[in-house]
This record gives sequence, C-alpha cells and structure tokens, in this order.
Amino acid sequence: MHSMFNGDFGIVLVNIFLLAILFATGVAIARMRSLFAIVMLSGIYSLVSAAWYVAVDAVDVAFTEAAVGAGMSTVVLLGAMLLTSRTAKPEKLFFRLGPLLVCLATGAALIYATVDLPALGDASSPANAGVGLTYLQVAWFETGIPNVVTPVLGSYRGFDTLGETCVVFTAGLAVALLLGFGERSLAERIRNEGRSGDHSTRKASAASDEDPS
Amino acid sequence: MTAAALIAILFGMALLLLRAFIGPTLYDRILAVNSFGTKTVLALGLLGFVMDRPEFLDIAITYALINFVSTIAILKFFRYRSFQVPLVRRGQGGNADG
Repeated sequence: MHSMFNGDFGIVLVNIFLLAILFATGVAIARMRSLFAIVMLSGIYSLVSAAWYVAVDAVDVAFTEAAVGAGMSTVVLLGAMLLTSRTAKPEKLFFRLGPLLVCLATGAALIYATVDLPALGDASSPANAGVGLTYLQVAWFETGIPNVVTPVLGSYRGFDTLGETCVVFTAGLAVALLLGFGERSLAERIRNEGRSGDHSTRKASAASDEDPS
Repeated sequence: MTAAALIAILFGMALLLLRAFIGPTLYDRILAVNSFGTKTVLALGLLGFVMDRPEFLDIAITYALINFVSTIAILKFFRYRSFQVPLVRRGQGGNADG
C-alpha cells in the first residue's frame, strides 16, 4: 500500500477525492436556502480548491485562493449579508432552466477546449519549450530563488506584479467603501435603524433597500 | 504510514463535510468549517511528505493562520452583528447585544 501511494496512482486518487468534495459542495451550495450556510460552504469550497491547487503543484495560485477565497471573501460575504435577508427565496422551476443551460454550455465549451491542451508535463508544449525553458535555465543563477515561479513574478515581471497589486488593492478598497466598515456605512445605518425601530432589522433593511430604487 | 494517516484525514474531511451540509444550527456549521480548515492543514502537510515535497509544510502553516483569522471574524460577526466592535470592550458604553 505504501508503494502504491508513493507513485502517481495515489496522487491521482487524492485529486479525485478533492474534486469529488468540490462537486458535492457545489451541489449543496446550489440546493441550500440559508445564506449563512452558503457562505460557510463557499469557505470550504475555497479551502478544498486551494488544497487541490497545491496537489497539482500550482502553489502560488493556491496561496491566492486561500487568502482571497477562504479568508477575505468569507468576511466580505458576511458583511454583504448585513444588507439583505438571511434566506434566499426559492425560484420557480422555469427560471432555473436558463442558468442551468448556461452552465451546461460553458462546461461543455471548457471540456471541448481541454482537448487541445498539451498533456501535463509535456516537454514539447509551448509553455515548456519557448521562453519558459530560458527561465528554467537562467533563473537560478540570476536570482538564487529555488521556486521558478517566484523570480518570474517578482524579478522578471516586477512591474507587471506591481500593477496587478494596484488593481487588486483598488478593487478591495471599492468593496470596502460599498459595504462600509465605518460608523457612517450603509450596514451600520441599517443596523441602527433596525434597533431604534421595532427591533426587526430585516424589515428596516427591506424598506431602505426600496428607497433608492 | 503517512499514506494511512492521509487516508484517515481525508475520511475525517468527508465526515466534517457531511456535518456542514446537514448541521442543524449555525454553530455546527461554524465548528465544521473550522475543523475542516484544520484537516486541510494536516492533509497538506501529510501530502507534502507523501509526494516527497516537505516544503508544503510552509503552505500548511499559512493556511492555519488564515483559518484562524476567518474563524475569529465569523464568530465576531455573529456576536456583534458587525465588524466594528473591538474584541475587548472598554467601559460600559459598549453595545454588546447586537
């Protein structure tokens, strides 16, 4: 058994297990009505997908997914829940058909696109044969960083990464301004209205949701 | 040995996922998500040794930090209905019962 798990077969089994967890979590998120449970499950989804990225050796993507998906977006979604009700209304069956068809079409297109992809670890694929080969040969001697992805992101494409960081920071700032984490924020106002009113925050938030529109 | 431990951890993850799906109360789900994060940290550490890449331990430690912070944020949200309130209450002016 130990020899089996040292080979590729065990890793394939672990990948299949993680993807099965992702599938089950996605189905559960689609079926649930309690928004809080959905936020919790999306945290689990992000954690598992980050673990899966590590299992397929995309460590930098895994870091981003864990920090943004499991850490930040859970908090942002909870903040958004302050502005709305706690449960989702069930949709009629007819209105679910459109999103289902869009999902099926997108999934089919993605699966069709994977046919053209080179095999994992193919040495003659464009990613490995072109400029990537130069990075693999040169990066260690020029920077002395063991993981090749890090000098590519931080040294060779430093300005690119700086621009990306600016974009992500601006997006985060915009979300923080919209949801508000201060005394005068929309969430705090709704909360205070609910307290000074008839102690039903949901009614107050529903009323103030209709005001601007 | 590490492979057996990894299988046990993955089985525990499946059980916790079940609890997160059917958990009747909010706190069942919070506990399930927190424990699931811990299991993910352990599974990543073990996976590093199974794949002969012990460097994965660093990533596992970062996951532990993120998991801790997000659990604190969720619990604070449900105690105070806001992220504004400091965790340590000063004086008696604090509006604790949100």
